Amino acid sequence: MWKAEVQVTLKDVVFDPQGNAVERQLDELGYKGVQKVRIGKYIEVLFDVKTRAEAESQLDEICKRVLVNQVLEHYSYQLVEVL
Amino acid sequence: MKFAVVVFPGTSGEGDCIHVLKGLLGHEVTILSHKETSLGDAQCVILPGGASYGDYLRPGALAKSTPIMEPIRKFAQADGLVLGVGNGFQVLLEAGLLPGAMLPNQSLRFIARPQLLCVENTNIPFTKLYQKGQLINMPIAHGAGNYYLDPEGLLELEGNGQIVFRYADKTGEIGDNPNGSVGNIAGITNPRGNVLGMMPHPERSTEEVLGSTDGLALFQGIVEVLERGKA
Repeated sequence: MWKAEVQVTLKDVVFDPQGNAVERQLDELGYKGVQKVRIGKYIEVLFDVKTRAEAESQLDEICKRVLVNQVLEHYSYQLVEVL
Repeated sequence: MKFAVVVFPGTSGEGDCIHVLKGLLGHEVTILSHKETSLGDAQCVILPGGASYGDYLRPGALAKSTPIMEPIRKFAQADGLVLGVGNGFQVLLEAGLLPGAMLPNQSLRFIARPQLLCVENTNIPFTKLYQKGQLINMPIAHGAGNYYLDPEGLLELEGNGQIVFRYADKTGEIGDNPNGSVGNIAGITNPRGNVLGMMPHPERSTEEVLGSTDGLALFQGIVEVLERGKA
């Protein structure tokens, strides 16, 4: 089995209202070193397939079709074998 | 005329649409489940409001790949009239039938209130009974109506006259942006003008008791165009 760990993040040019709210809160709490906060998603997908290649070919399609809106978001992932 | 109203799990605005189309205007309405693979003989398809799939993942993200979307895509390509309101607009964006995407409102709050809009384009069936520049009042009710499109896409949208409604203030100026939407955009159409997506609710502004009747002309415009096509 292979486990995909997918990170979905907003493109840099897209304003993130949630990240902005957290950023302001951190500033009020006195964390002066904080420059920026961006909030994204972490998604795990478990594949019951034999090879990395099989998992990877499905994963890329799944990201583009469902998990990610490419107008707003970027994605990256790691694939790890699980026993 | 024959209308189809599409219902996904979680959709809640279908009753309002049926009330207007059947109850007020006296047309035939069929409810189509997301599992259907045909639109039957519908002449206009409406995707109503209400959080389909609980807005899980992103609003409209899970509804966009249900079986009903394939015939809707074909219907739109064949110049069929498709209207998406609220979540229906979000589904049309996710499905790529309209350009751009929705972000959470800039205030991070769900906003439900009456809203003034300026009608920018009256060359499409949905708005042919309005005047260009007319100020109309319709309620908005959404948590993610913050429309986003990159600057190049926005220029194209402007150039093609695809911006149909903008949020406006009492003076008629483009302002009073409730959600952070780029260009104060409240509703857009495709280049051919047969698909309209909008966050404000025309179906909830069709009777005096609701505080505004400004939405009725949108449905009457559709009917006029369909009747002319039939004749």
